[in-house]
Amino acid sequence: MAVAIAKRRAWGSSQQRRLLLGLLFVSPWLVGFLLWTAYPVLSSLYYSFTRYDLLRPPVIIGLENYRQILSDDPVFGTVMYNTLYYVGLSAPLGVISAFLLATLLNTKMVGRSFFRAAFFFPAIVPAVVVAMVWQFLLNVQWGAIDATLRGFGLPAIPFLSNPTLAKPSLIMIHMWAQGNAMVIFLATLQDVPRSLYEAATVDGASAWHRFWHITVPMCTPVILFNLVMGFISGFQNFTLPRLLTNGGPNNATELYAVFLWRNAFSYLRMGKAAALAWILFVIIVVFTVILFRSSGRWVYYGGE
Amino acid sequence: MAVREVSAGRVQARARRMPAAGVAANVTKYLLLIVLTVSFMLPFYWMITSALKDNAQVFTVPPVWVPIPAHWENYPNAWSTYNFNLYLVNTVVRYAIPVTIGTVLSSTVVAYGFGRLRWPGRDALFALCMATMMVPFAVTMVSLFITFKNIGWIPSYLPLVVPSYFGNPYFIFMLRQFFLTIPQELSDAARIDGASEFGILFNIIAPLAKPALTVVALFTFMGAWNDYMGPLVYLNSQKLYPIALGIENLRQTMQQVGATQLAYPYLMAVSAIATLPILIGFFFTQRTFIEGISLTGLKG
Repeated sequence: MAVAIAKRRAWGSSQQRRLLLGLLFVSPWLVGFLLWTAYPVLSSLYYSFTRYDLLRPPVIIGLENYRQILSDDPVFGTVMYNTLYYVGLSAPLGVISAFLLATLLNTKMVGRSFFRAAFFFPAIVPAVVVAMVWQFLLNVQWGAIDATLRGFGLPAIPFLSNPTLAKPSLIMIHMWAQGNAMVIFLATLQDVPRSLYEAATVDGASAWHRFWHITVPMCTPVILFNLVMGFISGFQNFTLPRLLTNGGPNNATELYAVFLWRNAFSYLRMGKAAALAWILFVIIVVFTVILFRSSGRWVYYGGE
Repeated sequence: MAVREVSAGRVQARARRMPAAGVAANVTKYLLLIVLTVSFMLPFYWMITSALKDNAQVFTVPPVWVPIPAHWENYPNAWSTYNFNLYLVNTVVRYAIPVTIGTVLSSTVVAYGFGRLRWPGRDALFALCMATMMVPFAVTMVSLFITFKNIGWIPSYLPLVVPSYFGNPYFIFMLRQFFLTIPQELSDAARIDGASEFGILFNIIAPLAKPALTVVALFTFMGAWNDYMGPLVYLNSQKLYPIALGIENLRQTMQQVGATQLAYPYLMAVSAIATLPILIGFFFTQRTFIEGISLTGLKG
């Protein structure tokens, strides 16, 4: 007994002991947070105020990078337009695609797990493979679609080589790979209480009414979640626009992350790239806050 | 009781519908499902069959859907001629396996600290951990690249592997949610028996959390296998390329040659082989996989 008390004193109070134990367990993350998040976030803020090409030491130039990006850069306006166009359409359309597929899968059917696998699989294919396959598939000369059209004597559709069609093509591929969101929706749909549908059916509600007034409202929290995820990842979309079109044609798919990457690793403008990253950070935070603020109007939280 | 309610509801619903209308609706539904499945699978069919073509079959209008003769040798030829065995070893041994071990171990320990222990400041730190998921990759990329360059880690797999040993917030969250569902009494009983917290984690909690740990391992391995941007930033040496960069490199090589020598069939062949492990992994773990994804979304 005396030994136990002495031990406890040596450890300090039980509260402190708990704190130490807790910190011990989360210490990998805590150290990682300082090394791989806190430090780089702050130092990239510093670099954003410098001119730095990796060869010579960074030179502090104040807000020059930000001024140059926002008022002088000939491409930045196009990049912002492309990014807002892409994100503004791909996030909602991706959610709609996932939601409709999940709704379809949630009906009574034979072979559901087969269809679910078919709709889900594109989401887990390596992005490089997605890019290679779609680039060939949409090739205006020999791709499956255009070669078929030409075989019927119809005009080919320049999916990736026409500036007007390139962004919609990227969005189409995005809608094809919505497996994750679809699976999350499917799990949510299965949790909607059957009694709601039964009551509505007894009251004579049509299938459309049940869908619009029960299914959709019950899913709004998950719609919000998937929409936020869609926006955040859309703003950072890099692999597909880089590999499919490399920003072209005529800068039509030069999305934010591609532009940032180009500045950092093709032009070695580390300072400008850091400033671009911080502008992106602010844009994403503002978008997310707006989305959550708006959610009070359209998201239905069951019991609350 | 619940079952009876459901079947009563179904009977009523059925009674309301005209049988003919029900059949028509069913036919429409399956027709829609089949059309959708075909269009979702079309890119894969195109990939697998294009890999079997020779140049004459590639450059044909209308396109060849079933290549005869099928050049199966394109698969092994493309793979071995362009060094993909090396890229495979790089991807698995130097990247996917070390990252999976690191992520599973560190995320488990951290999730235990956030989910099974009570200590002052825990909830604030957990909120911070979750908030870091919002930080765009681009914000840390530039200065991490500069740091890793300064300490001589470029080109190597160290910048991709080492951070994984410090826990991944996404999986910390997922595992914590899972740990919370395990009854606290189990831990309390073990504590009374004098077990240490690490003992409880490895002997009691981890074995119970096997499904969740499998999901973490699976997702991490696949993430490394599929990763393109990380290797692109840190591995500017062809000897170190993973498969993802190898495929892009093959495309560049083909473009330089002038797209004459089986460019498309070879590209499609290596793409198909790179997809195969994902397909096999998904096929055998479909249930675990899909439950894992729903787990992350529902509690989000």
